[in-house]
Amino acid sequence: MAVTGAVLVLYLVAHMLGNLKVFFGPEEINEYAAWLRTIGSPVLHHEWFLWIMRVVLLASLILHITMAAQLTARARRARPARYRHRAKVQGSYAARTMRWGGVIIALFVIYHVLDLTTGTVHPEYEHGDVYGNLAADFAPERWYVTLFYVLAVVAVGFHLRHGLVSAVQSLGLSSPQRARALHLAASAFVVVLVAGYLSVPFAVTVGLVD
Amino acid sequence: MKITLRVWRQKGPEDEGRMVEYRLDDVSPDMSFLEMLDVLNEKLILEGEDPIAFDHDCREGICGMCSLVINGTPHGPEKATTTCQLHMRKFKDGDVITVEPWRAKAFPVIKDLVVDRSAFDKIIEAGGYISAPTGSAPDAHSVPVPKPAADAAFEAAECIGCGACVAACPNGSAMLFTAAKVTHLGLLPQGQPERYDRVVKMVEAHDEAGFGGCTVTGECTAACPKGIPLDTITRLNRDYLAATAGRRKKTR
Repeated sequence: MAVTGAVLVLYLVAHMLGNLKVFFGPEEINEYAAWLRTIGSPVLHHEWFLWIMRVVLLASLILHITMAAQLTARARRARPARYRHRAKVQGSYAARTMRWGGVIIALFVIYHVLDLTTGTVHPEYEHGDVYGNLAADFAPERWYVTLFYVLAVVAVGFHLRHGLVSAVQSLGLSSPQRARALHLAASAFVVVLVAGYLSVPFAVTVGLVD
Repeated sequence: MKITLRVWRQKGPEDEGRMVEYRLDDVSPDMSFLEMLDVLNEKLILEGEDPIAFDHDCREGICGMCSLVINGTPHGPEKATTTCQLHMRKFKDGDVITVEPWRAKAFPVIKDLVVDRSAFDKIIEAGGYISAPTGSAPDAHSVPVPKPAADAAFEAAECIGCGACVAACPNGSAMLFTAAKVTHLGLLPQGQPERYDRVVKMVEAHDEAGFGGCTVTGECTAACPKGIPLDTITRLNRDYLAATAGRRKKTR
């Protein structure tokens, strides 16, 4: 879980930084999107890097979900009889929403790919025009799409808040002396990542990107 | 104090079990929770009913025998306190209190609130020992132990093996218990020869017993009457990775 999660987190960082290109105007982000297809050239053929990355991401995602399902199944087996009275849990909100939060994120990722990669569910998708596609997607009258994106990104934030700390602990990299720093670093990372992602739909909504 | 209890009653391992309600009208706030159950049991015996079976021994919070999930929390509402050290003054007059046994596949109910915790013995048997010359006791200072290691080992050694961590864990995992033992022995020089062997064997025994997997939710450490820190699990993971990644093959 920790290793596959780390691969996905690295991708999330790169994706967020790429998104910020939108603030430099249509030419720059569209050029950036075109460049993504030429990474590794001339060693790699056109779009090969992109496809290798997609395969790695998909494999990580499938392994991540498989292990989560195995852990859930194991947890069910380990407690066949449930408590009649369950106290309010003491752990964090992030920790107890990992499983359902993960399901929501998975559904969002499917929608997101259909929306802005294939354009299947996008109102006026034009291949290569990232700027225009974003502006049309988050247009103020499509506020429900923006709302869904915001909720999904916040869900990713909660998932990562617990996931980052857990991953570091799973890999045995934390220590009592560093525990406080680890929690602070995870919170800071999540806030920056979520803010970075939300800035784009926000900018479209207020008309900064049009 | 007037207290209403809703207690899990189960005649034996095969019985389905049910919650049964009891009323007590003269509970002293100075009674411990177990003493309150003693009073209820005396009443039940006088009425010709079967008393409620529950585990207890030292009643001073150090043996690890008492259990009980009280209002959904192992060992009740008071932090870092075993059920035997919990007093009725922590409750209000007229409270309805739910009392259930530890719930885990690896801890089958024997009767009422008593569960079989021999799964923990299996984990201890797998690696909870050191190789040391027996016979004459060595001088206390013959093996130097760094103070931070001694402190951390002692903190982990406080684990009384009650099983509250399992009862609290949403995954039914016993990783906090296993990690406490691994940390306690793995930090001390006397525990080094078996260090990497121990962690693998104890985790195997843990999984075989039917406990769930750890997802670092932290419920265990919140419920632990001895406050065993969650970091012990990180330590276990570190030793486990080192042992299984082959870096420490020589010691295995």
